[in-house]
Amino acid sequence: MEANNMRIAVLSGKGGTGKTLVSVNLAAAAKESIYIDCDVEEPNGHLFFKPENVKEEEITIKIPSVDEQLCMGCRICAYFCRFNALAYVNDKLKIFDDVCHCCGGCVLLCPVEALSDKDKVIGKVQKGTKDNVTVNTGILNFGVESGVPIIKKLLNENKPGGKKLTFIDCPPGSACIVMESIKEADYCILVAEPTLFGVHNLNMVYELVKLFDRPHGVVLNKCLDGENPAEKFCLEKNIKILDRIPFDHELGTLNSNARIAVKENEKYQTLFASLLQKVTKEVQQHETVTNP
Amino acid sequence: MKIAIPVDDPNLETSVCQSFGRTPYFLIYDTETKERKFIDNSAAASQGGAGIKAAQSIVDNKSEVVLTPLCGENAAEVLNAAGIKIYKTRDASAMDNINAFIEGQLSLLEEIHPGFHGNGSK
Ligand code: SF4
Ligand code: SF4
Repeated sequence: MEANNMRIAVLSGKGGTGKTLVSVNLAAAAKESIYIDCDVEEPNGHLFFKPENVKEEEITIKIPSVDEQLCMGCRICAYFCRFNALAYVNDKLKIFDDVCHCCGGCVLLCPVEALSDKDKVIGKVQKGTKDNVTVNTGILNFGVESGVPIIKKLLNENKPGGKKLTFIDCPPGSACIVMESIKEADYCILVAEPTLFGVHNLNMVYELVKLFDRPHGVVLNKCLDGENPAEKFCLEKNIKILDRIPFDHELGTLNSNARIAVKENEKYQTLFASLLQKVTKEVQQHETVTNP
Repeated sequence: MKIAIPVDDPNLETSVCQSFGRTPYFLIYDTETKERKFIDNSAAASQGGAGIKAAQSIVDNKSEVVLTPLCGENAAEVLNAAGIKIYKTRDASAMDNINAFIEGQLSLLEEIHPGFHGNGSK
């Protein structure tokens, strides 16, 4: 694989561990890159990049809607729906949008064509650019249950193949929306904090990348002198440690002011450029092992 | 009037089940005929929307009142649409709760918890 069309996913077990810090700075340190913010409930990568020429597209899903004049109450639809998104109460069909999985089955089955698909907007995707980075952001509307359709759209729109490195800023945790985000990643960077709780979170995403058989390595963030339970965990489990980002007030301040560290200070440029190099090397090594 | 209550076992000493949607049985008690009937909750094993399906079967059984410790918002929406009132159970057996309800000692369930839609995205 060429070094320049890899997809690198950045994960962590919970928010606030430095997932966005790592993915934003890697994308900024690369020569040309695509940054995809899949953390659709709280996307904040765009706050760092401040992309320009932003284009927006609404994302919709298909939810059945009923014509009460036509519905004769046979309940074929409700018996069929294995997600129980339909109930027939008081001579009316009730549709639970947030339980529906958009399989379309009920619409096909209704004998009198009382059901039809209607579009429901669940959020949007934005695309803009800043310097060397194409910035993609997924935004899920408040109260919508699943952001998976938005992630699918983001990843489909940004298929690998160009000459750019892609960085995927994943949602925190290990739920199915995270699985969707890493499904086609060539490499996963797990960001961990040096605490016992950090180990617990790291273990969650570690289990996930193992399950999906993705090559992976850990970045230890906020490192202090002394005991680091996350580091110990990596050594015990034989997980590759890619880098250690020291706990550092300057970095913390830059980050909380939504500044991109690699653009502000030479030493961060060096740090993330070297991390980027290690990651690309890891991916290439993995490639030669699996496809010699 | 018929009263429905989620229960752990199909016998009259049974305790109240903590889950409405995934309870194994409902006890349906008819205050006029004093008839007691246990129905299997087929929603218990469903992938999602168990509360909706369980509520549907309560509606279809023509109950007018549900006694339960907890109820999700989707189930509550189905029950409300059918005009079924939801009362909060006490820490006592199912029959004790039915008697307490008949004596007017139970109050309406006020807290409706947001649904757990079981697709793991939260
Ligand atoms: S299958 Fe069609 S007619 Fe039958 S209950 Fe559903 S919507 Fe109504
Ligand atoms: S589209 Fe599928 S999941 Fe949605 S209500 Fe119809 S049958 Fe159920």
